[in-house]
Amino acid sequence: MSLAIATTSATPQRNWLEKLGAGHIILAVALVLYPLVASDFFLTQIGGYSLIFGMLGLSLMLLAGYGGMVSLAQITVAGIAAYAIAILGNNNSSILGLGWPWWLAVPFAVLAAALASALIGWISVRTEGIYTIMITLAIATATFYFAQQNYAIFNGHSGYTGIRAPVFWSVNWRDARPFYYLCLGLAALSYAAVLYGSRSTFGMTLQAIRDNPRRMRALGYHVTAHKVFAWLLAGVIAGLAGVLLVWFNGRVSPGTIGVDAAIDVLIIAVIGGLRHPIGPFLGAVVVVLMQTFAIDIVGAERFNTLIGMVFLVIVFVSPDGILGLWGRIKPHLAQESLRPGP
Amino acid sequence: MSLLDQPSQTLSESGGITGRQAWGLVGLLAAAVVAWLVFAVWPDWLNAILISKKAFVSAILNGITLAGLYFLVASGFTLIFGLMRNVNLAHGSLYLLGAYIGYEVTNRTGYWLLGVAAGFAVLAIVGVVMQVFVFRRLEGDDLRQTLVSIGISIVAADLMLAVWAGGTYQITTPEWLDGALTLPVITAVRSNGASVFLTYPLYRVVVLAAAIVIGVGLWLMLHKTRVGMMIRAGVDDRAMLQASGVNVHAVFAIVFAVGAGLAGFAGVVGGSALSVAPGEDVRYLLASLVVVIVGGMGSITGAAIGALLIGLAEQIGLVYFPTYGIVLTFVIMVVTLAVRPQGIMGKAR
Repeated sequence: MSLAIATTSATPQRNWLEKLGAGHIILAVALVLYPLVASDFFLTQIGGYSLIFGMLGLSLMLLAGYGGMVSLAQITVAGIAAYAIAILGNNNSSILGLGWPWWLAVPFAVLAAALASALIGWISVRTEGIYTIMITLAIATATFYFAQQNYAIFNGHSGYTGIRAPVFWSVNWRDARPFYYLCLGLAALSYAAVLYGSRSTFGMTLQAIRDNPRRMRALGYHVTAHKVFAWLLAGVIAGLAGVLLVWFNGRVSPGTIGVDAAIDVLIIAVIGGLRHPIGPFLGAVVVVLMQTFAIDIVGAERFNTLIGMVFLVIVFVSPDGILGLWGRIKPHLAQESLRPGP
Repeated sequence: MSLLDQPSQTLSESGGITGRQAWGLVGLLAAAVVAWLVFAVWPDWLNAILISKKAFVSAILNGITLAGLYFLVASGFTLIFGLMRNVNLAHGSLYLLGAYIGYEVTNRTGYWLLGVAAGFAVLAIVGVVMQVFVFRRLEGDDLRQTLVSIGISIVAADLMLAVWAGGTYQITTPEWLDGALTLPVITAVRSNGASVFLTYPLYRVVVLAAAIVIGVGLWLMLHKTRVGMMIRAGVDDRAMLQASGVNVHAVFAIVFAVGAGLAGFAGVVGGSALSVAPGEDVRYLLASLVVVIVGGMGSITGAAIGALLIGLAEQIGLVYFPTYGIVLTFVIMVVTLAVRPQGIMGKAR
């Protein structure tokens, strides 16, 4: 306690620039200026897509990194938001499509996703570690098969097509540049929220529960409620990503929420690193770049082998992903300059 | 906990029937109802509710035989998990690889039994290789083991797609396994008074028999042999087992070989009954996951109970509510978790 007081008195009220950190400012400027140099393809297919999958990874990072619950159902949560947009808004599949305006459909979609996430969390927080992975994988797979078989709500195998990002404030949000900024804005918001939340009382409690649930229970904290609330928050982020995803693709089908996609999200989060919210975005950029350009190297056929191999190597070499690699290299770089030359 | 339970148990015992006996009665009653449903000639109103007796009995039989297949896959999964605390999420890939190998060997040699043997042997070797080169290096690190096994399953699925392409294969069964059995179950009575008996594919009955034989064998191995004793000791305290002079690594390799071999065996058997195609790996991984979650981790009896529940739910769902069949499986999982988070036969942790 005295230590905390000492540090606060030593650094009196930092201004907001210092609080933000140089790294964040440079990154933000670079991302905002990115459309000046990038083509439309790089803006949406690389930029927008990475940001969407980064958000999905971020929702997993929130659960796994702070809560110690590895979920494979994040794409399922996003899929629920995407299906909700297709059902509540307009689509071309001449089934359902209630025609709600976007400002009503989006909050409902995100709410549905968050509630679904809380439900999945409520089911799976009874278990720990590996068991959580197994149960969320089972839930994700069951949802996939259900969506494929159900024609009344999910329109079965073909899903919904012709879903468009709306036009408002006289901006057509399905154009490359506005869509990129939309993704960037929501991603930055989610990132800041997670970063802020991790330092809040709730975030601290959650991390303490991750480290020692028995002690926290003994101290009188409602462990299950905290975990389920973390699932709800992760569901909001995954739901937003799902809305962006359905606008990006223009369609949603069971393939969107398949097991491959569920594992992709895990790969992204693990490749990037689960220690800091920036990790999933790093991972998303790496995976999306690989998905796009590895085809030129190994051909479209064997792409999955390549990505699986990269994933295996990273898991073997560095359990903390790219962030962990960086953390290991950084001290060496710093020391190099101190050493006398040969 | 047990101390607190003691008095109430003795009280209820003296009072009449225990909870266990009550459940036994409920079970007997349910069994009697099912037996009546299967063997009695149905009145018209029952036929009207349950489509037809033939559909109902076929659904039950299909469910039980599918459970045999699920048990074969899940028993290997639960064996590997029970000892090594290692969820091998590549277990579905082992099933599919076994099926492809069984197809190739059967096709080239013409002997189905040789295909079955090859499916078991090759996958047992693959299992040992995986244990020695991958999982042994990550001992005690659950999350990384899980991630690595996911990575392996991705690569394996892609490589299998490269070798066998996206087509669907059917492993041909030998003649002596083809044909149908006439069961002593009357499905309908003709107007002239002759009874129509139910016929059922012989092969599926053989699959069930194989599952029962292997299940009993596994149970005997785990509970009656020295190796089984070591395995169970390893589950409880690995360090102590090692300290008492047992080569734990060898025991682990054997268990992994048996578990992976069972997946391969199930692949050939399942590929003969159904078909072999990409995507089956995920299907059987899901089946093993749910069976093991419902039945309890590391328990052979639990895997049998779980497989029976899931197999029956899937087939009955397929006949009576096709769209929501998968939801039934899911509901069973959730209810089990709500009542007993460790699974029906799982030990409380």
